[in-house]
Amino acid sequence: MTDQTTSITIPIHLTINGRDHSLNVEPRVTLLDALRDRLDLTGTKKGCDHGQCGACTVHVDGERVLACLTLAAQVEGREITTIEGLAGADGTLDAVQAAFLEQDAFQCGYCTPGQIMSAVACIREGHAGSDDEIREYMAGNLCRCGAYPNIVAAVRQAALEVAS
Amino acid sequence: MRDFSYVRADSIEAARKATALPGAMLLAGGTTLVDLAKCGVAQPETVVDITHLKGLDTISVDAGRATLGALAKMSHVADHAGIKSHFPAVSEALWQAASAQLRNMATVGGNLMQRTRCPYFRDPSNFSACNKREPGSGCSAIGGVTRGHAVLGTSQACIAMYPGDLATALVAFDATVHLGQRVLKVDDFFLLPGDTPEREHDIRAGEMITAIEIPGSAAARRSTYLKVRDRQSYEFAAASAAVGLELEADGRTIRDLRVALGGVATKPWRARAVEEALKGKVLDEDTVRKASGLAMEGAVDHGANHYKIELAPRVVARAILKLGETA
Repeated sequence: MTDQTTSITIPIHLTINGRDHSLNVEPRVTLLDALRDRLDLTGTKKGCDHGQCGACTVHVDGERVLACLTLAAQVEGREITTIEGLAGADGTLDAVQAAFLEQDAFQCGYCTPGQIMSAVACIREGHAGSDDEIREYMAGNLCRCGAYPNIVAAVRQAALEVAS
Repeated sequence: MRDFSYVRADSIEAARKATALPGAMLLAGGTTLVDLAKCGVAQPETVVDITHLKGLDTISVDAGRATLGALAKMSHVADHAGIKSHFPAVSEALWQAASAQLRNMATVGGNLMQRTRCPYFRDPSNFSACNKREPGSGCSAIGGVTRGHAVLGTSQACIAMYPGDLATALVAFDATVHLGQRVLKVDDFFLLPGDTPEREHDIRAGEMITAIEIPGSAAARRSTYLKVRDRQSYEFAAASAAVGLELEADGRTIRDLRVALGGVATKPWRARAVEEALKGKVLDEDTVRKASGLAMEGAVDHGANHYKIELAPRVVARAILKLGETA
């Protein structure tokens, strides 16, 4: 059996940052557009919209993915985390967020939410063991301002803090 | 992106049946399909989501033989301990492909269905001629900017390069793809463009990739994937080589050798001429470099991609010599 829907919009239920949301979307709506245009979660950025820049990086079931190439309907029942869900309930910043501030790891800031979501996962995966490894495993996040040296420093600092 | 109807398959059988719906396409990681739908290249009428199917994402290595469920993520296969120890070239091909985010989305089954990155294929609004997209419309690449196009396996109709890394390693080690009733060698699953470049895979209506199997071998255990590109990371290959090596007990005579090329051909390219020329020979640099040139037998360039004809044999030789040093 398949669960077929032919209407113009379909009802979906998404769990984002621990909160449940119900909405009706066209099947073609990406997770990125659902977050930004329907749920006012605009921290996740739209850069290239083709899976090339990493600005839209979010976590699905704890793993970093690109919201621009993910259909909203596809992630029903999964745990979605965006940049808005990273800090503690009392506003305490995640170690990666704090490290980005301390290391001045951005200029214009547009790629930053994606960089931070990617870095949190990169550290969790165990792929932040050296500067070379950080560069390799953060390669999917482009920064047009060229803040790369400070981004690497921030990821390195956060990785050490998380480990200690 | 044109809208489509959405079907979530709850069994393999349901997914297979749903592929018979008009204009149906399977959705796994979505990294090719959603991208190409935005480009206007893929125009599915029905998207059949198979990502909620259970039990298709297992990775097992038993008695040296690897079985990868079609929905296993590229990242999970790359990091799997058994794959790293029995098939290092497969792990290396995977982690050097795309980005960490894309590898967490893309499945190995979907990876085999990845389409070419030919910029003319991807841009219908500016280039109406593309035999792969619109059979009989012509080829915008021939006579165009060809730096990233194939030099092996091309035809008058199409010179689009096959961009993947995983399948290059798979053809080197005689992997098979399971399609339900049929089991094909990955090498045979990919088709040469010939007069029908729109047909890239030997897959039939109602078929779905369920698993990939890789037989173990001494050459697979001592293998590597060398990928040379315009930038160090997150880039397609200018030329790449999946190489596996088995030496005789003397530690210097080649018993078995596997060589496949990426970034230079219209499909994952097994270089059997190089393998045959080196089997039984003592491994030394001159012999390896000379034999590696055979990888380019029949190569045809289209101007700007001429460099690949010189580059690819060097990549092959470097990979073989690197494996030889790790005795």
